[in-house]
Amino acid sequence: MTTKNEALKALQKRKKEVLEQWMKNQLEDEGLRNNLISDEDQQQTSDELLNLLLAALNDSSIEDVHSRDFEKVLDILSGISISRAKQGFSPRETGVYIFGLKEALLTTLQKDMKDPAQLYSESLKLSKLLDNFAISSFETFIKGREEVILRQTDEITEISTPVIHVWDGVLAMPIIGTLDSARTQIVMENLLQEIVETGSSIAILDISGVPAVDSLVAQHLIKTVSATRLMGAECIISGIRPEIAQTVVHLGIDLSTIITKATLASALKSAFSMLQLEVSKSKINSIPLAAR
Amino acid sequence: MDKIPILKMSDFLLVTIQVDLYDQLAENLESDLINMVKKYNSHGVLIDISAVSIIDSFMGRILGNIAMMSKILDAETVVVGMQPAVAITLIELGLPLKGVHSALNVEKGMALLRSKIHNIEQDISIPADDSSTE
Repeated sequence: MTTKNEALKALQKRKKEVLEQWMKNQLEDEGLRNNLISDEDQQQTSDELLNLLLAALNDSSIEDVHSRDFEKVLDILSGISISRAKQGFSPRETGVYIFGLKEALLTTLQKDMKDPAQLYSESLKLSKLLDNFAISSFETFIKGREEVILRQTDEITEISTPVIHVWDGVLAMPIIGTLDSARTQIVMENLLQEIVETGSSIAILDISGVPAVDSLVAQHLIKTVSATRLMGAECIISGIRPEIAQTVVHLGIDLSTIITKATLASALKSAFSMLQLEVSKSKINSIPLAAR
Repeated sequence: MDKIPILKMSDFLLVTIQVDLYDQLAENLESDLINMVKKYNSHGVLIDISAVSIIDSFMGRILGNIAMMSKILDAETVVVGMQPAVAITLIELGLPLKGVHSALNVEKGMALLRSKIHNIEQDISIPADDSSTE
């Protein structure tokens, strides 16, 4: 590409120099961990980015940071930022990457251009351009991190509401973590769906993994129990810790309409008696445990 | 005019709602059902709503009304096969359907009705015996 701008000419001529300087800047930074990405990979992506940037730079685009010529550069840059966010790079490392390029470009420019006024104006334009790149790469970096967080939140809600088929006609659902409206909805839906599928008539909600029960959580529990009853099944709440019993009473929440048990074992026992089942020791070959 | 069939099976009445109920249909069902209870002197009403995907506050009230009216005529009401989404909606609407018994499926609903009626007959038979001895 032919250009009248002397600065751009100089940069295109000294591309290799810029790249070397940039890599040096990156490696100099103390915070850089080279265990996340190999030097060769780093060199390759940097080279690609620099090529694209220099190809996009021309007399008009250098004036306008939002020029369409930079679309490809921004694409590559956001790709790098997102993959870095997922690999667990720190924001500082990503920042150093872009600002290292800026420094390398400006240093190279300084060597070639002797007229201070011209050097200053060209540097200003380049700075503006690269700052804009840095901002957009930060935006995508944070977006990448947010995606990771969102995925993890989804996974937590997914794995934290399993329905266990304990016995013929008895389901158990251990709840782990705080019960908010959104989770209650998921818990309720999963439980009711499973009740329909298995035709179970008793469901046990174990709340030993719920850190605190306030009036809202209690409200959610009562809702779940009422919905189960509407379906025609009975719901037992188990795993109530002494502290939770205390708070419930102090808050004046009425749980008398709900069957509550201290442990999952006693809930299962009462489920058996509701189903008119009996668990007994087998009489044949009954060697006492201590004698073995 | 659409009509929901009501089947008589010995002591019980069976209603299977296979379409989404609109208000007029529900009101007709209510009056038809109560008339049938009176006519056959039934002791139990079993309503299967497994095919119903929408129940609003009006429908919830109709179900409650049917249960209360049947109770006055000495018949128990069991609603069977409620879908999870319907149950959640009713709870969110604040309609726990008091006075209506629920069961998971028709089989369990029948067993529930039988046990209810059995209990009632036992309750009645004891004072009757007392009076005969006097």
